[in-house]
Amino acid sequence: METKKLGKQSVKLVNPPSIAATYSIVGPKEGEGPLGKYFDAILDDEYWGESTWEKAETKMVKECIGNCIAKVQLSNSDIDYLLAGDLINQCTPSCFGSRETSIPFFGLFGACSTFTESLSLGSMLIDGGYATNVVCATSSHFCSAEKQFRFPLELGNQRPPSAQWTVMGTGSAMLTKNGDGPYITCLTTGKIVDMGIKDANNMGAAMAPAAVDTMYMHFKDTGRSSNYYDLILTGDLGYIGKEITTELMETRGYNIKNNYNDCGVLIFDKEKQDTHSGGSGCGCCASTFCGYIFNQMQAKKLKRVLLIATGALMSPTTAQQKESICGIAHAVSIESNL
Amino acid sequence: MKAIETKADYQKYVDEKTPNSPIWGNLFKAFIVGGAICLMGQFIMDYLTTGVGLDKDTASSVTSITLVFIGIFLTAINVYNRIGKFAGAGSIVPITGFANSIASPAIEFKSEGLVLGVGAKLFQVAGPVLVYGISTSIAVGLIYYLLK
Repeated sequence: METKKLGKQSVKLVNPPSIAATYSIVGPKEGEGPLGKYFDAILDDEYWGESTWEKAETKMVKECIGNCIAKVQLSNSDIDYLLAGDLINQCTPSCFGSRETSIPFFGLFGACSTFTESLSLGSMLIDGGYATNVVCATSSHFCSAEKQFRFPLELGNQRPPSAQWTVMGTGSAMLTKNGDGPYITCLTTGKIVDMGIKDANNMGAAMAPAAVDTMYMHFKDTGRSSNYYDLILTGDLGYIGKEITTELMETRGYNIKNNYNDCGVLIFDKEKQDTHSGGSGCGCCASTFCGYIFNQMQAKKLKRVLLIATGALMSPTTAQQKESICGIAHAVSIESNL
Repeated sequence: MKAIETKADYQKYVDEKTPNSPIWGNLFKAFIVGGAICLMGQFIMDYLTTGVGLDKDTASSVTSITLVFIGIFLTAINVYNRIGKFAGAGSIVPITGFANSIASPAIEFKSEGLVLGVGAKLFQVAGPVLVYGISTSIAVGLIYYLLK
């Protein structure tokens, strides 16, 4: 049997799928940020005409998927699989946002690593010959996430400097078998890495070792150097996590200072928007990629991108029971040319 | 930099990388805002005793009620969280902060209904304060009774 496996944790896609289109929807704060002009839709408020934040997030998922499919002039019946996930208990925004699509659905949970988790699985489905078109969607909503994980929004408390700001954003990517790029060429699936960090206000530090592990394994498995990529982009490590990742990679012999960045650093203006260590949430990576990065790849300003969404696998209950935070990161190599 | 192998080394490294809250600045802001809230309480109290002529016990009850109202009002118009972000403990510790900690979950969980939403979650933040505040006052009361 021909194996597509590369090294320990990676896969080289023999029939690399193309990203035919992306669609992104973000909240008002993200719209005011440095990447504002790249998003397809910017909402005026956190409710989008709905009565609750959860319903608003559901609507974001629904509209994002619908508009992504419409961009390539296909209809729902042309889509073989829909892979979607978010941060809310039981992934309800993804499930409810997909319920009227009539597309075979896989709900995913990988905390904030969900976007590359969905791209990885979607690519494998196409490469394996099980699908022609797959839609991958991921979302997070600042208010619904705060409500589930932290305190009520109106509570007058302070956030420490290491805290991050959950992005209100959704991103969908349409993967197709017969396209002309950008192509998803390689995948590196991360393993769970837990370096014992317990502080839920320092997610960047909790997730950075997972990002480092996946990045390192990707280079080792594929034999690529860090200079192979125009941009290595992690999902939501923020300023602290980004610094840690850069330094830890250096100890492993990789200098990524010049071509490495993080979506959580890019999406907000730290000084003007008061977002402390940067953006977080699975919508951070999804909307930054589907808005800004995909645009740059289409304009050929970026030709080789290694996207590594990073997740902190935890719940309020595990945090209260003093469990440490598990980190996870999945890498997807996206290239303009084969 | 040396490679980090153990969890303890990583924790130490992260502690060095993580900036601390600006403690002196925060203390100063908490002192100013907390002091201002207490000063406001004192003005209300003085006005009620000397201006209106209420006795001391009634005046202190009315002062508390007034401050609770102000705290809830500022929570409802999305202002108290901004004060709290600036003042920290300065606006959490006074009774206005207690009012805020009850009003904010009430607003947040309205969408889950009056019973399982507002009713069940109303004391989500203030509950521990009540449990341990009341328990402590009982313990102190007992000690006072025994010593007297």
